Amino acid sequence: MKVTIEVNGRSTVEEVEDRTLLVHYLRDTLGLTATNVGCDTTSCGACTVLLDGESVKSCTVLAAQADGHRVTTVEGLTGEGGELHPVQRAFSNQHGLQCGFCTPGMIMASVSILAENPKPTRQEVREALEGNLCRCTGYHNIVSAVMEASGQEVDG
Amino acid sequence: MSVMGTRVVRIEDHKLITSGGSYVDDLREPELTGAVHAMFVRSPIAHARIGSIDVSAAREAPGVVGVFTADDLDIAFAPGPTGEPWLARDRVRYVGEPVALVLTEHPYQLADVAELVDIDYDPLDAVIDLDDALSGRTLLFDGTDSNVAGGKAKPFDEKLFDDCEVVVTRTITNQRVAPAPLEVRGAACAWGEDGRLTMWLSTQNAQIARDILAGGLGVDPGTVRVIAPDVGGGFGAKIGADPEAVVLGWASRRVGRPVRWFETRSENLTAMTHGRGQRHTVTIGGRRDGTVLAYRLEVVQDAGAYPRAGAGMLPGFTRLMAPGVYRIPRVEVATRSVLTNTTPIAAYRGAGRPEATAAIERAMDLFAAEIGMDPAEVRRINFIRPEEFPYTTPSGASYDTGEYAKALDAVLSAGGYAELRAEQARRREAGDVVVLGLGIAAYVEITAGDGMGESGRVDVNPDGTVTAYTGSSPHGQGLHTSLAMLLSDQFGVPMDKITIRHGDTDEVPKAVGTFASRSLQLGGSVLKQAGDQVIERAKEIAANLLEASPDDVELNVDQGAWQVRGAPSGGTVTWAQVAAAAGEDGLSADVWYGDVQPTFPFGAHLAVVEVDTLTGKAVLRRIIAVDDAGPVVNPVTFQGQRHGGLAQGVAQALLEEMSYDADGNPTTATLADYPFITATELPDFELVDMATPTTRNPLGVKGIGEAATIGSTPAVQNAVVDALAHLGVRHIEMPATPQRVWQAINDAREGR
Repeated sequence: MKVTIEVNGRSTVEEVEDRTLLVHYLRDTLGLTATNVGCDTTSCGACTVLLDGESVKSCTVLAAQADGHRVTTVEGLTGEGGELHPVQRAFSNQHGLQCGFCTPGMIMASVSILAENPKPTRQEVREALEGNLCRCTGYHNIVSAVMEASGQEVDG
Repeated sequence: MSVMGTRVVRIEDHKLITSGGSYVDDLREPELTGAVHAMFVRSPIAHARIGSIDVSAAREAPGVVGVFTADDLDIAFAPGPTGEPWLARDRVRYVGEPVALVLTEHPYQLADVAELVDIDYDPLDAVIDLDDALSGRTLLFDGTDSNVAGGKAKPFDEKLFDDCEVVVTRTITNQRVAPAPLEVRGAACAWGEDGRLTMWLSTQNAQIARDILAGGLGVDPGTVRVIAPDVGGGFGAKIGADPEAVVLGWASRRVGRPVRWFETRSENLTAMTHGRGQRHTVTIGGRRDGTVLAYRLEVVQDAGAYPRAGAGMLPGFTRLMAPGVYRIPRVEVATRSVLTNTTPIAAYRGAGRPEATAAIERAMDLFAAEIGMDPAEVRRINFIRPEEFPYTTPSGASYDTGEYAKALDAVLSAGGYAELRAEQARRREAGDVVVLGLGIAAYVEITAGDGMGESGRVDVNPDGTVTAYTGSSPHGQGLHTSLAMLLSDQFGVPMDKITIRHGDTDEVPKAVGTFASRSLQLGGSVLKQAGDQVIERAKEIAANLLEASPDDVELNVDQGAWQVRGAPSGGTVTWAQVAAAAGEDGLSADVWYGDVQPTFPFGAHLAVVEVDTLTGKAVLRRIIAVDDAGPVVNPVTFQGQRHGGLAQGVAQALLEEMSYDADGNPTTATLADYPFITATELPDFELVDMATPTTRNPLGVKGIGEAATIGSTPAVQNAVVDALAHLGVRHIEMPATPQRVWQAINDAREGR
């Protein structure tokens, strides 16, 4: 089937197999490989992207379901001149990433959290990130990164 | 001003936060054009004879490029009665064992085709329970008379505890857990027209992987190039190469096409090696004044279905580190590894040392409870004292340096131990439903305990930039930043003019790689030595250019330039000038660091838990940690390693267990079932700093990769038990799930 999906501000039109998952559309059809696959049960959140501005796990969305919608991945966060999004910058400043595999999904989930709750507490950040797994950081610095990006004191 | 010890944001990050890493499944290398996709057909049964395998339907399915079984493989596998085949031939020994390989044009076709491979299994009794395995009633391997893969039950000294006023003994399970890096295993490979195999592999050790591949494929190591791209976590479970990698290299040669493989998470949880998996019987004895006189540790290591690191290395480290931070006059350890019909056990963050620490730290609490003394006090009485280092333990470890009491006092002070004890008493007195528990663990561990060396090469390029090639193979630790900081400090060259390369066997032919918290102390030390050699040579060249004696020139590291000593106005020469004058061979030093002496990081953790006595739910409220690994190069990544270690240690204490039913079916084989720790189950971490150097390497550093994992597990477990101590609870197995905790409360109340 043919799908038309706006990805990172650019319209994409592609012929795909019906069962194509959105994450594979991004990775394999478009070559946007930042979004990762970390499980097969919608548990880990490594594939988190924004669909019409809200975070979804793109391993559990068909490309067909995104037909006619807007998708944002971490590749689409950086500005035209290469300036980092505040969440990207905060992840680096706070050492909120180590191996980097969960990071694109974690950053997109964090963008979504702050859109819904611009001034969260550390505990609210933890609860909002429950669906995104990280094996390296112990989450402490990820929470700090979201706090920094929210413009609040990191230690809350 | 020196950059050492200052907070430096990682140079690795920019790519990872903008376009994402280049993990193996992301690679779009031209050599991989037209690659076929691979999936292993895995055993769904723990123990069975393979009757027949019918691949005819699979071979005719749309998109199939190849379907292969053990009968197709023309490469020899590990000899010996317990050798692990590349693909199972006559018998399967664990759920997840690879039996066949399917290659298709499109990845979505893989699962369809794998289903068509018709394998006839004739089930055998599954050996899951350790005692069942030890009994040898059912043997995993023909031609053996026992399932024991290593070690033996030593005859113990009957008099070991004769002079003890108090002796406590207990059997404790250190459960099997899944390493579960966020990136599962993956590989991509292609044979070139030059007859060489290039494999991109998610590995911690490209050079070891190359040798495994060459050995498995029966080719010269020079024929194989392994490249570790960005690796999405390893935690010990990506050391070297697994059998799947050899099969993929073989299959690529067979079909004459590049091959890509990226396993599913369910495969990962059953077919990537697991960690821990020991049963301990601890016996501890001493005097009522708190002095411990004797300790005995009997270990039964579950090795899983094939003897990998679980057969020898893991219990070996447990044996070595058994006495922990204590000066116990008499220590006895016996270890046995036994094969079971479960996923093979190998290294996982700590690899034998967390198990040793968990055993002795639980034992110290059991002893303290028996004599009615505060667990902190019992530890203080028995610590090895600072003036006793270097200290050789009865188990044969030679500890370098340690300040064990200082570490414990630091966390107790930072945590407010006395106030917490008062709060605990207040709640108990008031009959609060939610009780408070305080858990202490003091630990020492061994890093770079493998005894192997490491390589490092430093080049100063003609434009004055520096390129370093390290044998270490970081995958999240931030080592590129740490090594660039070291070189920047040594050469006076800014960090953005320094490039660190690793993980390509053509660039770094001889190396060991990353595990055992070895990378900074070995990979860093060897780069320092290579840097020293480069500077020595540069001094002569600079002297020549400055028309001075080498003895009279010096490197001004503030300016990154050479000058005549004491005459900074007398002209300088830059690194670029020196490199340009170095001649055809360039300005370079390539060093092998072979004089490896292990180091012994240590620390103390205090965990504060709340336990709801109605539901049995234990929640970690605080964890306060000293993890002393000597001088810190970059506090950013040093703290990051501690955070990650704390989380994985807490996970073992409270949540995670890779479990099997009696027939050997894994019951936690997806991330929906395996209780991988999340952000909501952890508090903010409270880190207390200490830095006691070692004399055993030029940098004075010890390893920090695993330390916090080792301390946190027993601290949290001890805290859960401590919360219920007033009810008479003395022990709760890990993970301390609500059901287990509730059961312990109930048993205590009913006097069981």
